Amino acid sequence: MKFLVCISQAPDTTSRIAFTNGDSEFDSNGVQYIVNPYDEWYALVRAIELKEANGGSVTTITVGDANCDPIIRKALAIGADDAFRIDAKPTDALQVARLIADHAEKNGYDVVLCGKETIDHNGAIVPAMIAEMLDCGFVANATHLEVTGTTAKLKREAAGGEETIELECPFVLSAAKGMAEQRIPNMRGIMSARTKPLQVEQAEAPAQTRVQRFALPPEKGACHMIDAENAAELVRLLREEAKVI
Amino acid sequence: MSVLTLVSTKNGQPTKGGLEAASYGVALSKQLNSEAVAVVSGDLQDGSSLGDTGIGRILKFPSPLTDSGQWAKLAEHAAKLVGATAVVTSHDHFGKAIAPRVAVRLGAGMVSGVTQLPQENAVEKNVFSGKASAQVEVTAPIAVYSVTPNAFGVRSEGGTAQIETIEVEVGQAKEHITSFEPASADGQVPLPEAELVVSAGRGLKGPENWGIVEELARALGATTACSRPVSDIGWRPHHEHVGQTGITIRPNLYIAAGISGAIQHLAGVNQSKTIVVINTDPEAPFFKAADYGIVGDAFEVLPKLTAAVKALD
Repeated sequence: MKFLVCISQAPDTTSRIAFTNGDSEFDSNGVQYIVNPYDEWYALVRAIELKEANGGSVTTITVGDANCDPIIRKALAIGADDAFRIDAKPTDALQVARLIADHAEKNGYDVVLCGKETIDHNGAIVPAMIAEMLDCGFVANATHLEVTGTTAKLKREAAGGEETIELECPFVLSAAKGMAEQRIPNMRGIMSARTKPLQVEQAEAPAQTRVQRFALPPEKGACHMIDAENAAELVRLLREEAKVI
Repeated sequence: MSVLTLVSTKNGQPTKGGLEAASYGVALSKQLNSEAVAVVSGDLQDGSSLGDTGIGRILKFPSPLTDSGQWAKLAEHAAKLVGATAVVTSHDHFGKAIAPRVAVRLGAGMVSGVTQLPQENAVEKNVFSGKASAQVEVTAPIAVYSVTPNAFGVRSEGGTAQIETIEVEVGQAKEHITSFEPASADGQVPLPEAELVVSAGRGLKGPENWGIVEELARALGATTACSRPVSDIGWRPHHEHVGQTGITIRPNLYIAAGISGAIQHLAGVNQSKTIVVINTDPEAPFFKAADYGIVGDAFEVLPKLTAAVKALD
């Protein structure tokens, strides 16, 4: 079974969010980048678990420049076998999806796993686009994955509950909490990651959207403190001032 | 020219996300001086709630579709039939599976999780988990928008809709739903759609103490949620975890008791319209993100709030 895991870099959750170049670009100055948590904790780890149980291979793919290499090495340290990086500076989901789908089509994978969204653009667009480009089945926000032969059984968050879905390989999924537990790479993994293959490919694809500018949210006003003895006052304010109940 | 909204249905009725998307589609169609059309599959018994949002025309595929690839083929056909320059849907499990596929089929530019109508050729969406917003321009002739749940609201325009049957070859289904398990037995609104949420964290000291949280939620008609540590140690089910790695929510009211407000938790709730924080520690970082705060013990404050809510008429 060949697994392809889509890995994106994302600013660490605690990063200071600031913009540059007329507020049109994220200011990466001094920002620590991590593997996008949904890609790492859920998609990558589940692919590795299934490989360990049933055999096969786990390949990662990243669309980005050489600054992404450290997070790709981390994915290899966690247990991926090899990695591809499409050397491009993507600005749009369609672009990323096209570059990944072209690679997947050429190399043939049984399961393509993505995180449910990245924590910077919060798009949740790329995974289903890849599925459409590959003309295969797709499950969004999958919380569980088992594969028997060429048949997969998944669970996904749906309105008010969890659905069980069956589909045949090849297919694409986006992974959410529940699919696997975070794995910390051990020293052997970190050492072996240095020599695992990371191939860089050149490719281009058109974008269909463009960020004009970013903005920080308006400052939140001071918190209205209410005495603990007077909880009923809070209920009055929620009804009459905030008008939410 | 038209704006086409893809509407999900459940038990013969449009979902709330579907009605919100329809309201967005209607408002956008007015802005673009074009027709507001909706497309549904099979499971729609009457079009009155969609008509009320201002949708004039409903294209109905005769049998219910759940496969995202089949739905995308239906949506593409409908969009071409009505000359859609914009396609709208909900940014939930339905829209996340279908809208990007539709964008690929139409060669459209897609912006997900929009909260407002486009202004001056750009549409606003939240990025960096609510810590910033972006103005995104669609450079393709057709735009696909998915609307963040509980952001735009369902609007009543008091209209009626004509239902037309639409025939299109959608191919074989690849995704087969074999079962559905409801998350909560007590009929709570699902978290992503909830307007009122009562949440608690480690400050509650143990799973046996959740009664006071559930009682306040019940009194308010709210949905219960929790912080990550609480779901990780198994005090509460995973599906209740809101935050960076759990569910992102945008309710009208978010009440957090015994949650300190780590940045990862805030990322999942900071788009809530009103935030109430109850914590024994006056230095808890959550107070900086709150609209109303009470420094006090959740064990004393929550029952008082429940009593005060019950005393409302």
